[in-house]
This record gives sequence, C-alpha cells and structure tokens, in this order.
Amino acid sequence: MPNYSWPPMNERKVMGKPHSRLDGFAKSSGRAKYPSDVNREGMLFGAILTSPHAHCTIQSINTSEAEKMPGVSAIRVTAPAGTEIQWAGAEIAWVAADTEQHAIDAMRAIQVQYRALPHFVSEERKSQAGTRAKPAGEQTTGDVDEALKAADAVAEGYYAIPVLAHSCLEPHGQVIEWKGDRMEYWPSSQAVSTVAGDLAQQLKIPASQIHVSMDYMGGGFGSKFPSDIWGAECARLSKDSGGKAVKLFLDRATELTIAGVRPSAYANIKVGGKKDGAITVWQSESWATGGFTGGGMPPIPYIYTGIPNRRLNHAAISVNAGGARAWRAPNHQQACFLTFAAIEDFAAKIHMDPAEVLVKNLGFTARAPLYERQIRLAQEMAEWKKLWHPRGDSGKSHIKRGLGIAMSTWGGAGHPSECRVKINPDGSVELEQGTQDLGVGTRTVVAMVAAETLGLTVPDIKVKIGDNSYPVSGPSGGSTTVGGVSSSTRKAAVHALEELFQKVAPSLKADPANLEAVGGKIQVKGDPSKSIGWKAACQKLGVSSISATGKNDPKNPMGLNTQGAGGVQIADVSVDTETGVVKMNRVVAVADCGLVINPKTAESQVLGGVIMNICGALMEERVMDETLGRVLNADMEFYKLSGIKDIGEIVVHMDVHPDNDKRGVIGLGEPAAISTIAAISNAVANAIGVRVPRVPLSPDHVLTALYGKNMERSRA
Amino acid sequence: MQGVGAGAGAVSVLATPEEAAAQSSVKSLGPAAVPVTLTVNGKPMKTAIEPRETLLDTLRSKLDHTGAKRVCDRGTCGACTVIVDSKVQYACTILAIDAQGKQIQTIESLTANGKVHPIVPAFVNNDAQQCGYCTPGFVMAAKGFLDKNPNPTYEQVKDGLGGNLCRCGTYVGVRKAVLEAAKALRGGAGVKGASNA
Repeated sequence: MPNYSWPPMNERKVMGKPHSRLDGFAKSSGRAKYPSDVNREGMLFGAILTSPHAHCTIQSINTSEAEKMPGVSAIRVTAPAGTEIQWAGAEIAWVAADTEQHAIDAMRAIQVQYRALPHFVSEERKSQAGTRAKPAGEQTTGDVDEALKAADAVAEGYYAIPVLAHSCLEPHGQVIEWKGDRMEYWPSSQAVSTVAGDLAQQLKIPASQIHVSMDYMGGGFGSKFPSDIWGAECARLSKDSGGKAVKLFLDRATELTIAGVRPSAYANIKVGGKKDGAITVWQSESWATGGFTGGGMPPIPYIYTGIPNRRLNHAAISVNAGGARAWRAPNHQQACFLTFAAIEDFAAKIHMDPAEVLVKNLGFTARAPLYERQIRLAQEMAEWKKLWHPRGDSGKSHIKRGLGIAMSTWGGAGHPSECRVKINPDGSVELEQGTQDLGVGTRTVVAMVAAETLGLTVPDIKVKIGDNSYPVSGPSGGSTTVGGVSSSTRKAAVHALEELFQKVAPSLKADPANLEAVGGKIQVKGDPSKSIGWKAACQKLGVSSISATGKNDPKNPMGLNTQGAGGVQIADVSVDTETGVVKMNRVVAVADCGLVINPKTAESQVLGGVIMNICGALMEERVMDETLGRVLNADMEFYKLSGIKDIGEIVVHMDVHPDNDKRGVIGLGEPAAISTIAAISNAVANAIGVRVPRVPLSPDHVLTALYGKNMERSRA
Repeated sequence: MQGVGAGAGAVSVLATPEEAAAQSSVKSLGPAAVPVTLTVNGKPMKTAIEPRETLLDTLRSKLDHTGAKRVCDRGTCGACTVIVDSKVQYACTILAIDAQGKQIQTIESLTANGKVHPIVPAFVNNDAQQCGYCTPGFVMAAKGFLDKNPNPTYEQVKDGLGGNLCRCGTYVGVRKAVLEAAKALRGGAGVKGASNA
C-alpha cells in the first residue's frame, strides 16, 4: 500500500503557501468564457413565458400568432390547458428564435387565458395559513414546564429571518447544440460529472450522448445542481430547430423568482436558566417556508444541542412562491440566528456578558475546548474587553456602538472523486478531473497538490477540469469539494510517481521504493548526489505516457480529509438611532480549518462567507406582494446586495496549527457563511438596547424595534 | 376572476414607428435590423442590429466581446461596465445605435496587443475575484476610476467603486487591487499602449 499521507507541515514546498488562482488572469481580463458567453455559429436564443399569477389554472393557450412572428424556429408548451400553476414565475411555454428580441416578441405573442385562484404568500402570518401549515409533531426532552418554573430567569422573544434569493450573477441556464445524436451541453452548473445524467433522465436518452463543457461558472451557492426544466426544454428547442445551438438563460426577474431561495424561519423562543449563566431549558415554536412544499425546522438549538430540557414545535408553511434550493450552509444561518439571538437575550436578561454565557454552557456542545479557544481568540481580536458593554449601555450620542458574537458548525468532508494524472515523456504533467471551480480555487488547489507530490511547481501542472469526459468527481455542495479533489489528486499523483520510479530506478541503481521527487528531480531518499532531473527521468518512458488514477472514498479517506469545522465570529457595528441605519465597523472571523492547501483562496472563502451574510443581515429580503402574490423585488435595485462600502473591515483568522493540520483537509466555504447574521443581530441589540426581531436589520426594522412603530410582538 | 397572460392582447398607446416617422423629420430606423458600425477598442466593427438592442447585447451576441456580463440588465450591478468616450458607462443602459461614432473601450482592450494594463494583475495578486462574473465590470470601473483619480485614498476607492456589485464577496481584494494598481500606474508599469481605444 503506497503512503498517501500529506507531507509533514514543515516540509511542504507548495501546499500551505499562498498561491494566486490559476484562472485569475483569464477572469480579470474578461477572457474567461462562461457558459453564458458561448456563441455558436447560427445560434438561436430562447425565451420563457412564465405565469403572472401565484395560483391559477391555464384555461387556454394559443401559440398560432407567436409561430408567425419573425425568426421563430420552435415553440413548446409545458403547461397546457388544464394545468394548475402554484407560483408566479412558473414556466408555461418556450420559444426559440434567431435573435433574443425575436424570441421575447414571440413569447409575448403567446395568448394565454388564466383562471386565477386564491393564493397565500405571507408565511410569517402563520395564524392565517390554515391548512397550509403542516405541524411536524412535538419533540420533547426532559421536563420543560418544571424547568421553566425553576429557572432564575427566562428570556422570551420572537425572531424572524426571511426568504433570500441566491441571486447568482450568472443566471441559471445553458447553451445546447445537437450534432446528430450527440449533444454539446454548456451549463452553468455545480455538477459537471452528474448534470448530464440528470438531463439524460429528463430527455430519456443515454447519458453517454451528452458532452458537458464548463470552464467557468458565475456563482451557484447551492442552487445549480440539477439540469432543470430549462435544460430539458433548451435541448428540445434545439432539436426542434434542426439541432442548432440554443442559448437559454433566465432573465434577472425570473432568476430571482424561481431559480432558488433560502427558506425563511420564524420562532417564538424561551431560554431559561440560572443567574450564573447556566442554561437549563429551551422551548421553541417555529415555522418556515421554502415554497409550495413548506420548510423544515432549522437544527435548533444550534450547537448547544445538549440543553437538558427542550421542547420543539415546528410547522412547515406552504406558500405560492418559487421553491427553495440548497443554500450555502442550508438551514444553518437560520438555526444560528434563532439560537444565538435567543441566548444573547437570556444573557442580557441576567446581566451577563453573552460570551461568558456561551463559554459557561459549552458542555452542551460537541467541541467545548475548540470553541472556548476560538471564543477567547475572537474576543481578543475584536477588542471585546474594551468595546463590549452591557446591553444598551452605549452612551448618549445617537450613534450607538455594539458587539455581538455567534458560533458555527459544519461537516465538510471530501466527496467521492476520481482524478487522473498523466506524466508524458517530454516531462509535461496533465491532471484531469470531472470537477468544477465555482470560484473557490479548485483548479489551483489540485495543481498545488500535484506539484507538491511530484516535486514540481504549480506552472508545471496542466489542469483540465470542467468536462464530463474526465474521471468522475462529485458535485460541489456542502463544502465537500476541496477534501475530495485534493485527496484523489494526491493518490493519483502518488500512483503516477510510483510508476515513474519503476522506470527510473535502474539508472540510479536504486530500489524504486527508496526514491523521492524533490525540487524538480528524482533522487535517492536523502542523497541528492544520486539524482536525475525531472525531464530526463520522463524521457525514460520512451513513447508511452504514464496514466494513473486515484480515488477519494468518503468511507475511507485515509486521513487525507475529514469533517467537522467550528467557528466563531464577532460583529462590531454602529447604529444611528435617528435613521435606523446599521453601519458595519468590523467582523472578526475565527475559521476552524484542517490542513489549508492554499491560504490565499482559503481566506477569500472566509471573506466571501462573511460578506454574503453581511448582505443577509442588513439588506436582503424577498418581498412578496400579498395581493398579487408576486415577488416585488425581483431585480437588483430592490433585492439589495451590499456594495464595496457597506461591509466595514473584516479580519480573518485561519486557525492553522499542527493539531488542526493533522486532521487533513476540511471544506470551509460553508462554515464561514453561517454566524455573521446572528453576530450582527446581537451587535445591534447590544448597541441599541433592544432586540430587532426581524432580519434584515434594515432602517425600517431597527426603527420599529426602537420606537414600537406598528410593533407586534408576534404576528403568529 | 379571469386573468390575462403576458402576451395577450397588449394595446399600444404609442404611435407605430411608421406614424412617428411621418410626423417627424427625424430619420426613423427599424424596427428591423439596421447596419451599424461601432468602434470597439479602436477598431471599427460592422454588424446589423435592431435599434432597440443595447450596446451590451450587441457586444456579447454580435461582436463576441463577452467580457462585459449581463447580470441585472438595468443599470444597477455594473457587471457590463465599459468606457465610452472616456466615461464609465453601463453597457446595458446604452442603445448600440447611440454608441456609433463613439470610442467604446471594453475589458478586452486591457490585455490587447501583448500589453497588460496593471489593473489586471493587481486583481489577480489580491485575489479580487471568485466566480469572476462581476470581475470584468469591476476591472473596467477601476480603470475608469483610476484614469480620473490616479492617487486615491482607501476611502475614495470605497466610494469610487460603489457602482458594482459582487455576490461571492470579493470586495476586500478589490479594495487592495485598486490601490496596488494605482501605485503601479504611478510607477508607469506596463501602461503604454494598454489602452488602444
């Protein structure tokens, strides 16, 4: 059995050193070709007719006028007369035409008669949900009523975190072209190796007929795994148009309406305990929606799962709105906000520092020593001792400063992955993997692993990903990619190198097992005088390249990757109590990690997680029109993302040290994207002296909390 | 209640193009495609477009200049930023026919003719990109900003780049990249000929 273990931390030449991303120049120069940039000879454009009603039946649909419109080559109806539509934006019909304008013209010429039906889109008003609320059944541990009675203090609060839209900058969609019975497929996808199989199932054709190419993609965040109905209909439009390429990407309003949302969460929560901070009881009544099928309960109480007395009730609320998709750390932001806001409110009630309450109760978590170390480190970085103050005790100025803290947990073990490493007689090295780089730095990471293993440098490795003819690698979800692709690359490179050692050993008069690859040479272990240069070594291959594969098996990662990342973040904000504007001063993020392959892109992941959740904390919210049942802010003016000035300063601490390194590689895109919202909400409460129950912490919600304007404790 | 769908029986209250043309001495173009010449990165390019087509769509679909990206398509996000006659513009808010006779500079010009504008490596060095879809717009906005503010402070960078949005969260790198590029530009590194517009 070869030794796959990572080289010792202090002996690594490439891994662990910051490296600029390999595709950085292509992206920054505008030369990178995304799926939406693909232009083919004679390419057609697709357009989608979507429902204007949140709930309706299609009475009739007539495409005859549309068919006569200029440039139209194909029209398809997927919601024929009699179809019941359950949300605005649902797809009804599809058009392909020679130009995008012609496709849109023809789409608008399709005549549809709808019969509107009653809809429900406001899940926060649970009392109005009627039969659309599906209770999940009570979960009870211990004696909650007795514990509530016996508690020194009980904090009671209402907390609300809304539906968000993924808002990928590159919308969902693809270009598809048929060549005979073969299909060329350029999807914007998180799943290069599996998306063809998914599309093949929809089209009932062999997956082997579909060739996927995707060098770049413009953001997914959990929403781009399936081929979707727009993939299948794009393929059919192309087929109906004689196989010509069809480009079909969602327009911005449709993207924000149907291409995926994060579920909401609402809860009335009681947290009780002793004056010394010991929590004894948790009671929550929560509800959520992720669209027509409702929304599951976030994992609450989050991290503090061992609170002895717990009663949980939850209802999934069905609404007439576009459905949920996986979101960077699914349900964790909601769980984190509900839990850490409620615990912070308990701490305020007993006049204790919330960080001390968190530490006091760490016994209820799975990683007490780790979290304690992280909390103390984050406190130091955030100047907690200097800047934290009891809730609301923030001076006379109308600008109030406050600090808030929250914690995260995530898995992040490597997914199934296979890699092929080829060593050519001219010394060139190719690395092939059916994976994708969502912008996290996958390309760069696998090149670094291969270079480290082969004793080469990163530019020596030609990385080929984004093609489903390469060895199969898993979809990028759950922060599983880096563990999977780095482990399979390591193994493939070890296998390839072993073959090279066999070829080279005779000329060095050495046992192949006694060779090593270091600094562009193959040498006898510990004896640089007996060596041969990389190119000369590869020449010994004659005319045949070495082609070796390696696999990551999640059931036996062999120490190369593992799961389980904690993390702590502290937010520092200033709130203007006259305008309700929350200004970010700083976020401190202590990111747990295992072995870090590329510190540069790893830090970017953490920064990205924090920034995405500053948007989520301060600005983002899908707003539904209760009368029309439509998304009111399906655009980028009113579905707000934060800009470069809105985020304050962000200080990241990657928890790199030998104990963590020994664990192997752990994904960190998601753990970094969990606790910011809760930390900011707590910081605002600390600043202004009252809890703003609703996220986002918009001026409206802040002023409502401060001055009671239209304030209801709970709308339930 | 009977509803009516997106395309059904829309009633126009506007004059038809023919009527409008009859009432006005202004030359009416379209609605069919008309020939245009656009000067992109110093080079005249001929194509045929409908008058309603945006400069962004023309660049992307007709001229295969796909560096500018279509994201919001209504002047909010900056992913389609180009420089037209020295002015930073959102290409989604300009009709292509109106861009005739103007110098249109796209992201592609920053790495043309073997020259690399320093803003490009500055974005790479500072990892000012993740998925990269907003990046070309940011790079062009940064170029336009530095053309007018060659010696910006950190605070000015935050104000000056406020017209672009990123979903992956690359702002920290962008701030550093713009300052690094400013420094490189003051040193004169690699700028000669980088802009051929």
